[in-house]
Amino acid sequence: MNLRRTAAIGRKELIQIRRDPRSLLIAVVLPLIQILLLGYGARLDADHIPVYILDQEGSQNSQALLKGFQASPYFDVVKVARNYPELVRAIDADRCKLGIVIPWDFSERLGDGRPVSVQALLDGTDNNSAQLAEGYATAVVDSYANRIQLDWFSRHGLSQQATVPVSVDYRTWFNEDLESKNFIIPGTVALVMALMGALLSSLTIAREWERGTMEQLIASPVTPLEIMIGKLAPYLIIGLLDAISCAAFAVGWFGVPFRGGLGAFFFTTTLFLIVILGIGYMISVATRSQLGASQYALLVTLMPTAMLSGFAFPIDQMPVAIRVVSYVVYSRYYVSALKRIFLGGAGINDLIPEIIAMAIYAAVIAFFATRAFRKQIE
Amino acid sequence: MTEEIVQVSGLTKCFGGLKAIDNLSFTAQKGEILGLVGPDGAGKTTTLRVLAGVLAADSGSVLLGGQDVLRNPEAIKSLISYMPQQFGLYEDLTVAENIRFYADIFEVSHAARQQREQQLLEASGMSRFRGRLAGQLSGGMKRKLGIACALIHTPQLLLLDEPTTGVDPVSRRELWSILYSLVFEGVSVLVSTAYLDEAERCHRLLLMYKGRRLFFGTPTELKSMLPGAVLSISSPNPEVLRSIVVGEQGVLSAMAMGDTVHVVVDDADLRSTQLRARFEQSRVPFGELRRTTASVEDVFVYAISRQRTQIGT
Repeated sequence: MNLRRTAAIGRKELIQIRRDPRSLLIAVVLPLIQILLLGYGARLDADHIPVYILDQEGSQNSQALLKGFQASPYFDVVKVARNYPELVRAIDADRCKLGIVIPWDFSERLGDGRPVSVQALLDGTDNNSAQLAEGYATAVVDSYANRIQLDWFSRHGLSQQATVPVSVDYRTWFNEDLESKNFIIPGTVALVMALMGALLSSLTIAREWERGTMEQLIASPVTPLEIMIGKLAPYLIIGLLDAISCAAFAVGWFGVPFRGGLGAFFFTTTLFLIVILGIGYMISVATRSQLGASQYALLVTLMPTAMLSGFAFPIDQMPVAIRVVSYVVYSRYYVSALKRIFLGGAGINDLIPEIIAMAIYAAVIAFFATRAFRKQIE
Repeated sequence: MTEEIVQVSGLTKCFGGLKAIDNLSFTAQKGEILGLVGPDGAGKTTTLRVLAGVLAADSGSVLLGGQDVLRNPEAIKSLISYMPQQFGLYEDLTVAENIRFYADIFEVSHAARQQREQQLLEASGMSRFRGRLAGQLSGGMKRKLGIACALIHTPQLLLLDEPTTGVDPVSRRELWSILYSLVFEGVSVLVSTAYLDEAERCHRLLLMYKGRRLFFGTPTELKSMLPGAVLSISSPNPEVLRSIVVGEQGVLSAMAMGDTVHVVVDDADLRSTQLRARFEQSRVPFGELRRTTASVEDVFVYAISRQRTQIGT
């Protein structure tokens, strides 16, 4: 490999990126838009969930529970319904996501120390929000139940080992602190890398064919390896810069903690970029058309990264077959590494399995990518 | 002392069932301009691509400077410069950036590049456009930039595919003067052209038709191939005149050229009288009718029309 020729290709590529508004947009603006959109939009938390409450009893006790909902930041009590049909209509008409029914014998059962249940009607259209609403509602009821419990104990002078009158169901996955933001944003770096890397690298070879510049280039002594390295190196650098700005945004703007090592962050990001850029490059070699190449590249890089990497949808909640497939998805290792670097404080030593998996992918992709391009017109 | 820089023998290249090059053989000497002429689809571009090592051939052999191009195309790439028919440089790079790019690719030293760049841009009148984007150049200037990039290193062989197509006459003359100055430096040039008047400027010609070699030799030799003589007849309607002439006895071929018709006949005096009588008889208006020297174009049209009647197309 001749360094001067490789550098010449790289310099030419950088000039072309600088003069092409579309490439600039993909390289500079798109990553920031993406992390902003995903940071704000793809939160799995819900707050200000609209609630209707049907208080069939209307006692001091039921009012206290109702106040619990009013006080919660996660709920907006839109209305206190007069009857059951009104509550059902409100859910049907999407005026609320949650309906709470406090039974007519609420105080009576509490007074007798009998278990009492509060009915929650959930709009399951968006099952994620429904699950969250259920969780939040349980928390409100739980905290109310705890108070009643203490009350009841003190009034009866009983020890705390007594049976619990209100059913309590603790959910450890409950998202007290809007934590899903922290869960999702580190993974968006992978999404940004996949989108930016695949789009730009898929144009490299196809652009030369489409603009008719390839014929003269392949009649020169430049080697396929020099073309590949020269063309992809600028995108690797841009990718790393984008990764830094995304991480800075995640920490500075969204307040996501970055507890791990910078070395681990750069190393895993470089490995991931090698895989993404190598795939985009090979697709560009194979299709020779910019539009076709960018579409294929997004299909094989962005799609699996968005769906199967565990970036937002936890892999262990997927069906077995898909979970097995996800082991083949190279981005899962990067997303896992990112989460552990940001949140778990992982360094390179803690990420050996992820790094080995990604290094194998990078080596295989690099092996095929260096052999993909032929200096021939047909 | 003649040294053959190009040796092609039995070269064949098929696209599907079509033979783009059919058993082609020729040579080119060091320091000569060899012109590839022939109608569209004759196989000129395919031949140049194979020689440039960017297209694989089916059979035959191609030696450039003793190197086997078909077996090891990379070995010849630093010896040649190839300028494709379509503009092959980067439109979003400036003139100077394109030149620098190809100087780097061919590992031209910094000093040599500066000297050569200045010389080439001056010779083609492009010095003031160094900072202009290649995409904003006119067709002729793009060609000259192509030549400048091709010549930024010193190739042994320059392959040019229709460098003057779509280029204004002034730029064409500049291009040819650059080519002649190269020949003095010992560079060999293989140039295809659609303009037959340019064929006369080449040292030797390779006439191609349907992938095959029709003629290979100097322009003078080519003209001596022509049996009989050429008559030039001016006419207000050359196409009509041509269609009348073609069927006449003793007429070998005819072509309209501007406001005249060039007719190849077996005997100049005999056929002049015969044609004059024919035109007067059928009241075809015509102006001057005289004998003229044969151009490459006349021979070319004659050779191709003869080829057509032979193959029956």
